[in-house]
Amino acid sequence: MKTTLIIAVLAIGFGTSASADDAIALKLKDHKFTPAEIHVKANQPNVIAMTNEDTTAEEFDSTSLKVEKVVAGNSTGNVRLRPLAPGRYPFMGEFHSATAQGVVIAE
Amino acid sequence: MLASLLIVFREIIEAGLIVGIVLAASKGVPRRSLWVAYGVAGGVLGACIVAAFAGELESMFQGSGQELFNASVLLLAVVMLTWHNVWMAGHGRQMAREMREVGAQVAAGERTLAALAIVVGVAVLREGSEVVLFLYGIASQPGTTTASLLLGGSLGVVGGIAMSALMYYGLLAIPAHKLFRVTSGLITLLAAGMAAQAVLFLQQAGYLQVLMSTVWDTSRILSQDSIVGRLLHTLVGYNDTPNGAQLVAYVATIAAVTVLMRWEHGRQARLKATAVPAPLPAE
Repeated sequence: MKTTLIIAVLAIGFGTSASADDAIALKLKDHKFTPAEIHVKANQPNVIAMTNEDTTAEEFDSTSLKVEKVVAGNSTGNVRLRPLAPGRYPFMGEFHSATAQGVVIAE
Repeated sequence: MLASLLIVFREIIEAGLIVGIVLAASKGVPRRSLWVAYGVAGGVLGACIVAAFAGELESMFQGSGQELFNASVLLLAVVMLTWHNVWMAGHGRQMAREMREVGAQVAAGERTLAALAIVVGVAVLREGSEVVLFLYGIASQPGTTTASLLLGGSLGVVGGIAMSALMYYGLLAIPAHKLFRVTSGLITLLAAGMAAQAVLFLQQAGYLQVLMSTVWDTSRILSQDSIVGRLLHTLVGYNDTPNGAQLVAYVATIAAVTVLMRWEHGRQARLKATAVPAPLPAE
């Protein structure tokens, strides 16, 4: 019973989530995001693969996207976005918010 | 300096509030400060370990290690908070009475302190690892501003401690016979908010992809990013754009904790009722 439930949950989990293969690339270098403007399709899940080329960790932080994700220095982390209503969703690198700014545009 | 103070303070508010609530909820229990200190120390140690292995954690479970870790520790905290509340539902009245009678010493309550210490540890660990990474990042960059940034960071920590004190003394203003009822209510909402947060982490890890559309958006009225929004987020799980699965988790947690508390309260009452006639001395 429990196993069935777990399998069902996993099936739901893997069935509808956006795969990391078609992730949108986002680069952080010198505490700046490239591209600083990310366009995604509205109303479907998306994945951003953030590569942190700085030596120190950064936190991808966005209140409107409801994401807080630490990406260590010189590594890549996946940021999963929920299906978004059309609109602008600003994000920042919390540890260097003076320069690390960007926006996701769902359309 | 102001920026680093704000970041550290922002991260520490949550842990600070939780420590304050835990201290109030365990009032009258001997050695509670020691247990809370264990929780904080364990959390700080854990935060340093998590920060040191942030890259490794990240790459586990197909890049979802961090989210699954966060969800797991949050759910652990939910279980511990539930356990504490259920235990208190059975013994709280007795504790409040003993507090009045024997001057705030209730030996019976020490059992749930381990659970509360874990809750404190988890709170410090989650927020602390970000603080460690942030401050490490500053410290590893050569520059004249390092000292002032670190000073800002330390002041942020002081702010977190002040938050604990404020929460604690605020709760202590409540009359003793009502205190545990209030802390039980707070802990129920705390647990519900954490459960909803855990659901969000599971969704970001790629699991539980159900009921994901936003149910309402109150970000214009009260943004979760504002200080008040953040405080309410920690205390009662306020979310300006919750999704369906989060709401289900929130309501289900409140229902489950309430039902378990009622059940334990009834069970203890029945136990006492049957134990009232003193056992007859053996003839």
